[in-house]
Amino acid sequence: MAKGAVEIIIERCKGCGFCVEFCPTKVLALSPAFNAKGYHAPHVVASDKCSGCDLCGMFCPDFAIHGWREKKASA
Amino acid sequence: MSTELIHPENPVEQFLRSDRIPHIWCPGCGIGTTVNCFTRALIDSKANLDKLAIVSGIGCTGRVAGYLDLDSFHTTHGRAIPFATGLKLANPDLSVVVYSGDGDLFAIGGNHFIHAARRNVDIKVVCVNNLVYAMTGGQTGPTTPGSVVTATNPYGTFEPSFNLPQLAEAAGAVYVARWTTFHVRQLARSMYEMFQKKGFSFIEVLSPCPTLYQRRNKMGDGLDTMKSYKEKSKKRDGAPTSEVPLTRDGEIVVGKFVDRERPDYLTLMKAQFQASLGERYQEPEMHSGCEFEQSEIDGGTICQ
Ligand SMILES: Cc1ncc(C[n+]2csc(CCOP(=O)(O)OP(=O)(O)O)c2C)c(N)n1
Ligand code: SF4
Ligand code: SF4
Ligand code: SF4
Ligand SMILES: [Mg+2]
Repeated sequence: MAKGAVEIIIERCKGCGFCVEFCPTKVLALSPAFNAKGYHAPHVVASDKCSGCDLCGMFCPDFAIHGWREKKASA
Repeated sequence: MSTELIHPENPVEQFLRSDRIPHIWCPGCGIGTTVNCFTRALIDSKANLDKLAIVSGIGCTGRVAGYLDLDSFHTTHGRAIPFATGLKLANPDLSVVVYSGDGDLFAIGGNHFIHAARRNVDIKVVCVNNLVYAMTGGQTGPTTPGSVVTATNPYGTFEPSFNLPQLAEAAGAVYVARWTTFHVRQLARSMYEMFQKKGFSFIEVLSPCPTLYQRRNKMGDGLDTMKSYKEKSKKRDGAPTSEVPLTRDGEIVVGKFVDRERPDYLTLMKAQFQASLGERYQEPEMHSGCEFEQSEIDGGTICQ
């Protein structure tokens, strides 16, 4: 099971690709779909690889994505 | 009801004036990335937000203060440092941060920068350096390296540029570091260290302006710039600041260059007054926040 997860606020994204490029485990890719402003937001393509490191959250200039570590004892 | 798991909020969110988001910064602009780092440093240093003020000048970077839900001051162009100095002297308990652009801090505001550093006023200065005056259309500024095409140098720049860490050190800053927006963890760490420091502290952050700098110079977009930061940066903590000038395509030396102690402005002032006035010197009473006494004057109220 993945150790972490991300939340993406699609409508805030401007499609810069920072999160996709610098995710250490390549969890993300830009989606072919457009958001309302015409940008391609990221989507998760390898959820099992997410460590929850939140590097995507540190990089995102638009505050549109962040990651967190899942608690171990989450039943 | 949603069946979604409850998860932690983005750490930046609690610091944003959410009614102002989305912000105006272009796709691939690095300013927002520096804001993430700044908020992580606020969290890590357990900063008392009631005792913290953030002051910006004018420019794309100057917008930072307005997007943060802190005691924020969006001042006039070039005058963030004098404004911050006044805040600090009137209320020494405050932690005062100046967050502004390279043009604001080193062109119109350059004079204020060197004198605040010389006096060692206890303020923390973050300069987002995108190498141009971005907000007004990408004109050449004092940090623009040579052989770069700008709005005002269509045939390329030729005047020498400032090496900001060297300038800051020579003028007297006690803490000097440089990172790029690629170095998110290191930048957050430096900002945290800056909060622990007493005295004039300076962090330069190299940041993409794809719209007005990179595009004009065929350097690609924000992501291309981030990749080039990754490729060209060399970490050299303690490097002599004379050895870290920036050029158009050359190596980018990053790291912490200066971390020293000097008595700050208020300490020097007190020492001098005590030496010359002896017993007659009385510490001024410092007010803080809303503890001010209100008194009525001409029908209005003022703090005194
Ligand atoms: C007194 C005055 N002169 C000039 C301007 C026009 N002006 C606005 S922002 C700016 C430069 C901003 O450059 P910088 O500080 O590098 O910020 P950036 O937009 O690059 O983040 C200038 C010259 C102004 N607003 N006020
Ligand atoms: S939290 Fe870390 S591992 Fe997960 S998507 Fe973001 S950068 Fe990748
Ligand atoms: S870093 Fe942010 S703005 Fe850029 S593509 Fe990822 S989510 Fe979108
Ligand atoms: S003009 Fe440049 S600095 Fe200003 S928001 Fe756009 S990319 Fe950022
Ligand atoms: Mg600038």
